[in-house]
Amino acid sequence: MNKLLTISLSPHIFKKDSVNKIMLGVIIAMLPAFGVSIYIFGVGALKITVLAVLSAVLFEYLIQKFLLKSGSTINDYSAVVTGMLLAFNLPSNLPWWMVIIGSLVAIGIGKMSFGGLGNNPFNPALVGRVFLLISFPVSMTSWPVPLKDKLSLDAITAATPLGIVKEGLGNNQAVSSLMSSVPSYLDLFLGKVGGCIGEISVLALLIGLAFMLYKKIITWHIPITMVATVATFTGILWVFNPAKFADPLFHILTGGVMLGAIFMATDMVTSPMTKKGMVVFAFMIGILTVLIRTFGAYPEGVSFAILIANAFVPLINKFCKPKRFGE
Amino acid sequence: MKKTKTFPKGGVHPKENKISSLKPIEKLDLPETVIIPVSQHIGAPSKTIVNVGDKVKTGQLIAKAAGFISANIHSSVSGEVIKIDLIEDPSGYKKQAIIIKVEGDDWVEDIDLSEDIKKDINVEATEIKDRVLSLGIVGLGGATFPSHVKLSVPESKKVDYLIINGVECEPYLTSDHRLMLERGEEILIGTQILLKGLRINKAFIGIENNKPDAIKHLTELAKNYNGIEIISLKVQYPQGAEKQLIKAITGREVPPPPRGLPIDVGCVVHNVGTAFAVYEAIQKNKPLVDRVVTLTGKQVKNPSNYLVRIGTPIANLVEASGGLPQDTGKIISGGPMMGRAITTLDMPVTKGTSGVTVISESESTRETVLNCIRCGRCVEACPTGLEPYLLMALSEKNLMEKAEQERIVSCCECGCCAFTCPSRRPLLDYIRLGKTKVMNIMRRRQ
Repeated sequence: MNKLLTISLSPHIFKKDSVNKIMLGVIIAMLPAFGVSIYIFGVGALKITVLAVLSAVLFEYLIQKFLLKSGSTINDYSAVVTGMLLAFNLPSNLPWWMVIIGSLVAIGIGKMSFGGLGNNPFNPALVGRVFLLISFPVSMTSWPVPLKDKLSLDAITAATPLGIVKEGLGNNQAVSSLMSSVPSYLDLFLGKVGGCIGEISVLALLIGLAFMLYKKIITWHIPITMVATVATFTGILWVFNPAKFADPLFHILTGGVMLGAIFMATDMVTSPMTKKGMVVFAFMIGILTVLIRTFGAYPEGVSFAILIANAFVPLINKFCKPKRFGE
Repeated sequence: MKKTKTFPKGGVHPKENKISSLKPIEKLDLPETVIIPVSQHIGAPSKTIVNVGDKVKTGQLIAKAAGFISANIHSSVSGEVIKIDLIEDPSGYKKQAIIIKVEGDDWVEDIDLSEDIKKDINVEATEIKDRVLSLGIVGLGGATFPSHVKLSVPESKKVDYLIINGVECEPYLTSDHRLMLERGEEILIGTQILLKGLRINKAFIGIENNKPDAIKHLTELAKNYNGIEIISLKVQYPQGAEKQLIKAITGREVPPPPRGLPIDVGCVVHNVGTAFAVYEAIQKNKPLVDRVVTLTGKQVKNPSNYLVRIGTPIANLVEASGGLPQDTGKIISGGPMMGRAITTLDMPVTKGTSGVTVISESESTRETVLNCIRCGRCVEACPTGLEPYLLMALSEKNLMEKAEQERIVSCCECGCCAFTCPSRRPLLDYIRLGKTKVMNIMRRRQ
């Protein structure tokens, strides 16, 4: 026998799974929400998303080629996911150059400066978003209302339900009187509301969640714990004083709670390794979100809450060990 | 049927690929020469007691156990010892082997070669252990731990259960499955002998439920035997790993190394093949000179189960099943999850060879290693509750003290982590490296 044989250690077979399959799964899971955003906000949403994805991929390619002089990893689709998630967190009428700056910050500072996929401590898309939010607060909080004319690019803007409630409460109005000026809960669930591109339709996001759970891309631990924590915490506040605090359903249907719980906090790279850790992490995000929303200066706090919790992931990993067999 | 049992955490489910499960065990023709290594078991290599030129009979002792954890080795053929030489075995190291030129098949007289099943057990408990030792029985599941050691229960320990491992959770392999179907009665008698040797009266035979025919067959037969219960187990790798099997069946957890042994939780585990070998040893006075080996692989023309004399070159098995396929990338002694890739077909079948798996070229090429994306799938898959990603990083950076704290020596090397990793990281390779280093450090410390 003159054949050369491969010699390597066990295991000799591997599961048919890969990083790009996982990333592709996440992209597919985002499509329902993307579809709804185009329906609600028209071409603006499409334009922003395409721009964010293309610029994210291009920046990753350029940084690796000219700055790091390493091989390109754009084939793993993670830059596509980052670009899409960034776009999901932006209003659909944001100036195009801000989107590109957001992509550059997300990929350049959020991801590549730490060594690329897998090494970044913070969710890159959120790094990009928060950078934009702090740099261009006016543009980042001018929310277009759902369009009548789908092809128009000149959207009318208005405050989001969270903004209305925050401002109203600031002026000592009761929650009940403010509720007349926010869309019905059914509209909030379906997505007929102003807001970020990807966050509006709870239904579409839940379809994405179901797909990712079915494909075993993520587990229930982060999304369910996070939403449950937000609901419980706001529920306690609401029972305590319904005139000053909005009800739990309002909190989970509005803003970025669903988007954050399903797509942002579940980012594998920046979330804990064990189930126990994931529950702790998601609980933390839930608490921080409610604290920022009800007691902080911003009407919405999901992005900050996730970024803060991201910083705790190494600690969580250190303390939430799996149960060792036989101990 | 009762609910299927399983171990609580981790594990994976590779494609089972039990393509040879319907092939009855065939007797493989005697080779021209056999190569019998003197180190086919865990423990000290046996001491050769024959010289070049000696004539030996089938079943004759040719190497003696050297110490308590060691095993006797018998000639598997009759003929002339032509060489005592160093040969490479699947571990990659050169080890001494006795090479015998086959001349006919002349057995030692007092071995009963009839096919009759002998049910009555006419030996005393103490004699069982001595016979198992003298007839060279070792664990046939792959670990080849000398069986008499497991029958020597220290005074301070108490055994409650005997567990017979018929799980065969490795993909592809079917030798235990066939043995249970064709030699069920003998396995049960062997189990009773082991029970008697341990002076207990409760045995479980654990079988994965992808072998419903074997479960049914043995359950039927077990009605005539007291104290033997057949347990149906979920198809989940590594169901057949000793600690996982004990946990699945009895709910007891063997403590981690260096202290933990099955006996610490009152269990003794033997493979079904070992139970069969014990039957042959006690009832027929037959030493361990042959075993069932599965020769398999997707491209293999005729994947089969063979009854093979120890020392037969693997090439003979390959020949019998239709030759080496055109598309061969790797030949594995054992199954694809824990087996060892071998360098040449000249290597012999030993007591621990449960199968030979031929893997195609495309399957044996490892894919590009990517960054860890911290998905946690390895942590999820580890049945021991370790964090493979962390152990690999510690091993890579040579942080052995930390690796020891993180229980690197508890790793059973089942390979679930590397199997499941989407970034194709060589987790187990690095963990093995770290584990060896840590074990050396621990040994030196003592």
